Amino acid sequence: MRIGVFTCHCGENIGKTVDCPAVSKAVADIPGVVHSEDYKYMCSDPGQNLIKQAIKEKNLDAVVVGSCSPHMHEKTFRKACSSVGINPYMVEIANLREHCSWIHDDIPSATQKALDLLRFAIERVKFNEALTPIKVPVTKRALVIGGGISGIQASLDIANSGFEVILVEKEPSIGGHMSQLSETFPTLDCSQCILTPRMVEVYQHPKIKLMSYSEVENVEGFIGNFIVKIRKKARYVKDELCTGCGLCFQKCPIKKVALSEFDEGLTTRPAMYVPFPQAVPNIPVIDKSVCTYFKNGKCQMCKKVCGRDAIDFEQQDTFIEENIGAIIIATGYKLYTIDKKPEGSIYEGYGEYGYGKYRDVINGLQFERIASASGPTSGEILRPSDKTVPKKIVFIQCVGSRDESKGFSYCSKICCMYTAKHAMLYKHKVHGGEAYVFYMDIRAGGKMYEEFVRRAIEEDGVKYIRGRVSRIYEENGKLIVKGEDTIAGLKVEIDADMVVLATAMIAQQEAPKLAQMLGVPYDKHGFLQEVHPKLRPVETSSGGIFLAGACHSPRDIPESVAMASAAAAKALVLFGSDVLEREPVVARVNESTCAGCFYCKKVCAYNAIEVKEIKDRQGNVLKVVAYVNSGLCQGCGTCNATCPSKSVELIGFKDDQIYAQIHAFAEV
Amino acid sequence: MKFGYYPGCSLSGTAKEFDLSLKEVIGVLNSNLEEINDWSCCGASSAHILSHLLAVALPARNILLAKKQGLNNVVAPCAACYNRLLTSQHELKLDEKIRIKTEELLEEKYTDGIEICNLIQLFEKIGTDNIKALVKTDLSGLKAACYYGCLLLRPSEITKFDDNEDPSSMERIVNAAGAKAVDWSFKTECCGASHSFPHVEIVEKLSKSILDNAIHHNADVIITACPMCHANLDMRQKNIIKHNAGQKSIPVLYLTQLLGIAFGIDFNKLGLNRHTIDPAPLIKEKIKRIQLREAVV
Repeated sequence: MRIGVFTCHCGENIGKTVDCPAVSKAVADIPGVVHSEDYKYMCSDPGQNLIKQAIKEKNLDAVVVGSCSPHMHEKTFRKACSSVGINPYMVEIANLREHCSWIHDDIPSATQKALDLLRFAIERVKFNEALTPIKVPVTKRALVIGGGISGIQASLDIANSGFEVILVEKEPSIGGHMSQLSETFPTLDCSQCILTPRMVEVYQHPKIKLMSYSEVENVEGFIGNFIVKIRKKARYVKDELCTGCGLCFQKCPIKKVALSEFDEGLTTRPAMYVPFPQAVPNIPVIDKSVCTYFKNGKCQMCKKVCGRDAIDFEQQDTFIEENIGAIIIATGYKLYTIDKKPEGSIYEGYGEYGYGKYRDVINGLQFERIASASGPTSGEILRPSDKTVPKKIVFIQCVGSRDESKGFSYCSKICCMYTAKHAMLYKHKVHGGEAYVFYMDIRAGGKMYEEFVRRAIEEDGVKYIRGRVSRIYEENGKLIVKGEDTIAGLKVEIDADMVVLATAMIAQQEAPKLAQMLGVPYDKHGFLQEVHPKLRPVETSSGGIFLAGACHSPRDIPESVAMASAAAAKALVLFGSDVLEREPVVARVNESTCAGCFYCKKVCAYNAIEVKEIKDRQGNVLKVVAYVNSGLCQGCGTCNATCPSKSVELIGFKDDQIYAQIHAFAEV
Repeated sequence: MKFGYYPGCSLSGTAKEFDLSLKEVIGVLNSNLEEINDWSCCGASSAHILSHLLAVALPARNILLAKKQGLNNVVAPCAACYNRLLTSQHELKLDEKIRIKTEELLEEKYTDGIEICNLIQLFEKIGTDNIKALVKTDLSGLKAACYYGCLLLRPSEITKFDDNEDPSSMERIVNAAGAKAVDWSFKTECCGASHSFPHVEIVEKLSKSILDNAIHHNADVIITACPMCHANLDMRQKNIIKHNAGQKSIPVLYLTQLLGIAFGIDFNKLGLNRHTIDPAPLIKEKIKRIQLREAVV
């Protein structure tokens, strides 16, 4: 074998602590190495040309590059080598930067280590074999999980490009939190007015299959070839017959039986309901837990009044399997529960603010409902307790956000803006009312955002107090808000009529479960993790699965929409080709030595091991052996390590290659 | 049930009635307290202002004594003692440097493993059902405001006790004793604590607001589990009344005294006669009214 070794200085990154010329000179003497040189930037065009030239001149058949992590430039070097006829899998990278120069400061020992790392790679490459990428077909159909504004946007973008979309929403209607909002910042246009046309578009789009009141049950497969099982929850209404006339829930005698989810508990709803009048689809559901028929078999009023005979009490959850090429997760957020610390909860709660104890202490989404024309007060600002107009209102920002001792370390990002909006709406609707905002900092980064906050302060006269509130308690029908004005250095006490808490945006409770099902990493708060925070912000480490909206981190509507379009674009990139190339690093079974114990099948996390029968010419089964489905295999190597007869090897990481490296290490 | 007992200076001095009533109540509840032999000061507020090491080492000495005596459950009724013992345990567990220094100072190895509980936790361990079963006097006419102060609850990562912003554990004990715990707003407000010496006027102002809030919420008495709180709310109340025209008085009882009254123990044995604001007339009247009502029925 004729091996070429190329040592990169990476400017000063490697060169500062590793004596690259000395290393390059030393490796030249290793048997098999016919060429060795060093260069300041091996990844640059001139650097790559050095490699190409050496391959041609010295007739090399394997290459080792001592450079940065293979995550950075393995592709670059493989591509350069294959352009002059070397199989890309005959190229090995020795990581001299992250694994050596960056973490050591002693030059002689770092140089020795760099030399060792190169030696290991050289011994390993001697056992490499030429491989060809695996080609897999692409199913050109997307699954979007979550029907909020992010999911809606992603679905429309993909569908408008001509590809099929299945949109799964767990609630009875799509629309998400945006449908609950009153006006939107910084333009104060009505949230529903801009959202509902999009919702209808989704419903009517020939390429979108909307599955509301449904949940993703299971996902198998891999990029381009997912098999998704979806649970369609029983609505107890036949959606193909229902016209959405609404007679059933108007006549439902179990009127005020549950708190309205859509109105954030400010109003009640019957046992049969649609979440809100503009719901899409406009098909009601029966809440089994409170319906009299399900409790004691009586009533059936809805069935009696339905002119289409659409009510079906016998309906069961159904399961649907779909082949999917790309998945977009857009499951959104929820608001932090902010009352007392629940027993056994990991959250501390804010007992001092009396949320849940005083009816006029509400959260941001509840204020949205109060300010909304479709809300419980038809947009008139009234206190929940006695339906009077609050003359004095206090807004508290950062409840749970930026509070490591009781809440979360992160900033929820949207609260500065929506609090300014709330205060502004209040001032517009209640003339002569006083609005106070307690804040830590005002974070109004965004187009026309800072101007919006200044407008609230300067034009609408909202009083901003920098400081925290220590306690809220009720005295003579007033909510006494005790806090600190850290600019004036004074204690503040405000006798408010109503208090609005801008509580933290937190991840959906089920997010980690979904993430585990899809193999997507998540952070300690339950927010899903992108591959690269700057350069690959919507991709996950699982190929073909993308993120949109607040399931990734707190974000507002414009950002969510932008991210959704980005995720859609990534899915469309995938749909642009008919076949995908996958790394050929998969497991391979030696059928002659395999004893058919199937320990490998038990440990495989990807269900990639299949049972194969070996037959003679007459068709008699001689033995059963394990067989690897290379489409499903992720190359993790667990089967390789488990096999008692060493009959499984991982191509690209064969035992020979690993042992060669270890032997080289032992020689030191 | 047997508990180790760390009285600290307050319960053997200014808060003698706390000690008296605790022992009476514990006797009725068929439990007993075994005092730590040769216990010393917990360091109180003074030690940790002057020397961090001393503030950790003084409680550590008492923890080690309890351990040697075979006391695994130690009750420290004084909220400050409770807080200091727990803080010391906490620091010795997390900070190796301070542990080594403490061991040098005490000339012995520090080993943990004893559980320190406050007064409320003591009664929680005995159980509200056991308390309910022993109630002899009907206190249903007595409205009580439970006052926690700061030391029982803070810092929450050390005390890990109740909701430090909106606690409710004392209310459960008070209700078990048959009295009515009222919902009020100043359960955890500061009483002024040791400002009682250098800045009496601050203590009077802060304590007044607590007394006022309890009265405003129709409480007949304030119940506390801290000698410092008791001193500020009861002892300073005479001056608060003197300095503020129209100020009403409100008796301040230890939780143990309330339980003692419920169990029908003689007032003087509970040290009710030792308070600045004498609670006896009010309590007697409340009990009498109920008895009268019952007689009529």
